[in-house]
Amino acid sequence: MNFAELELLRATAKETIKLRLGEEPTDNFKYHVLVCGGTGCISVGCQNTLDAVQKAIENNGLQDTVKLVVTGCMGTCEMGPVITIFPEGYYYCRVQPEDAEEIINSHLKEGKFVERLCYHAPDGTVQARKSDMVFFKKQKRNALRNCGLINQTSLEEYIAMDGFKALSKVLQGMAPQEVVDEVKKSGLRGRGGAGFPTGVKWQFVLDQKADQKYIVCNGDEGDPGAFMDRSVLEDDPYSVVEAMTLGGYAVGANKGFAYIRMEYPRAIDHFNKALCRAREVGLLGNNIMGTDFSFDIEIRVGAGAFVCGEETALLASIEGRRGEPRPRPPFPAVSGLFEKPTVINNVETWASICPIIINGGDWYAPWVPKRAKAPRYSPWPAELKIPVWWKFPWASPCGK
Amino acid sequence: MGAECKCNCEQDKSLDALFAQNKGNPNGLIVVMAAIQESQGYLPKDYLVKTAEELGVPLSDVYGVATFYAAFSLRPRGRHSVNLCLGTACYVKGAPEVQAMLEKEMGIKAGNTTEDRRFSLDLVRCLGACGIAPVLTVNGEVYPRMSSDKVSEIIAKYE
Repeated sequence: MNFAELELLRATAKETIKLRLGEEPTDNFKYHVLVCGGTGCISVGCQNTLDAVQKAIENNGLQDTVKLVVTGCMGTCEMGPVITIFPEGYYYCRVQPEDAEEIINSHLKEGKFVERLCYHAPDGTVQARKSDMVFFKKQKRNALRNCGLINQTSLEEYIAMDGFKALSKVLQGMAPQEVVDEVKKSGLRGRGGAGFPTGVKWQFVLDQKADQKYIVCNGDEGDPGAFMDRSVLEDDPYSVVEAMTLGGYAVGANKGFAYIRMEYPRAIDHFNKALCRAREVGLLGNNIMGTDFSFDIEIRVGAGAFVCGEETALLASIEGRRGEPRPRPPFPAVSGLFEKPTVINNVETWASICPIIINGGDWYAPWVPKRAKAPRYSPWPAELKIPVWWKFPWASPCGK
Repeated sequence: MGAECKCNCEQDKSLDALFAQNKGNPNGLIVVMAAIQESQGYLPKDYLVKTAEELGVPLSDVYGVATFYAAFSLRPRGRHSVNLCLGTACYVKGAPEVQAMLEKEMGIKAGNTTEDRRFSLDLVRCLGACGIAPVLTVNGEVYPRMSSDKVSEIIAKYE
């Protein structure tokens, strides 16, 4: 797929998701019914709900006007199984199979939303649409921009949401130094926790003279209650594939490793599917988009060691050794994987990269407070009771 | 999507093919051992000796890796793998009571296998499904919002 073909595909794909973005659709679909297929919802039986909704749509002969889409995590796992219905974005919680007929009859046929299933806030108000929900209003999403909006493994829907736009921009006329400068300007800091400036790390690797350099994605998320990386890898895997490829171009690497913990089988599966599809259409592998830049990614599955989330332990594990941290220096940027200069970034860091390249570093920078930088998403308990998704600017007061 | 993969990434995962691919390559150690663990259910000694010879790694290093990672087991496992999450969220929501009941019903302590090799009971770290804590999985199937009174009914399902 070359640059022109990518844009052509984007134009076609965009038409199919317009309804979800609040634009006038050009196809026959009047409703998009999005069923959450995130791990939280799967665990509370969203497959049964999905089957019931599909059957109800077919029983009522609505296949031509109602599109059923399985998406990634919508963000309120405690409320699962969750369904969002566009164009309005009505948000139904804890939808059981027996609720399907009512949704179809009342909402899709008569245009009356089902209040009973909407989100009832603790203060007693009914927050029917996604845009009404205080939970979503307070958030600013970047790394999770596509989660819950598009099908998890659909390359077309990812491309429709500006996917591979950053990579194509970079390959069409940005020098590696310009890419690194843009990341530096954004002020993006390592989302794995240490908060090291990502652009500075990339600069170290770019400055190294070596016959081989590596890109590594740290997906060995192990802290209790943390599932940021899992959500991204399962629900928007292409965003990491694209960003790693772009990172490879920026620092001069042609090989990447994604280290994903074995406890995340769906993340491994979805990421692998994304790799396959991207290779198939020439967005990964040799001569990406018809240019002379080549890059490929290999998945390494963790073997169940908490400490491998530490970067030097993780690199040792990729090399087939015990995952034991070593003292630094030398830092991985100088001597990392197989003793070659290596960029190792967390999943969330990678997922934050593409919008920065598309919109420029200056676009991201204002989110960044002076000391701790950029919006941070966190599975913090809402009202300290319910484990769900929140994405706040860093350093937001906890009481808020 | 359901599209067939055409990118040739589907490598031959059989053990012989893996040995051939990784001959003389110590970096492939964990990949090979994970495949043995998956196909045999544990790491039999003769397989480890063969791994050491094929990959050119000292047997002591193979043993070191085998005992370092939680995914590897040097002892045979039960037919059904029961994992109870003891991450912080599950813990405060009552996982210890579930653990006590599982141990009582199976007659073993966590980390062991029943004598008839029906069950292996393990305690795992956060599975990342805190919204439905406490979480129990049996052969990968998830049982959300566990409590000790649900235990006997669930394990009766697995022969």
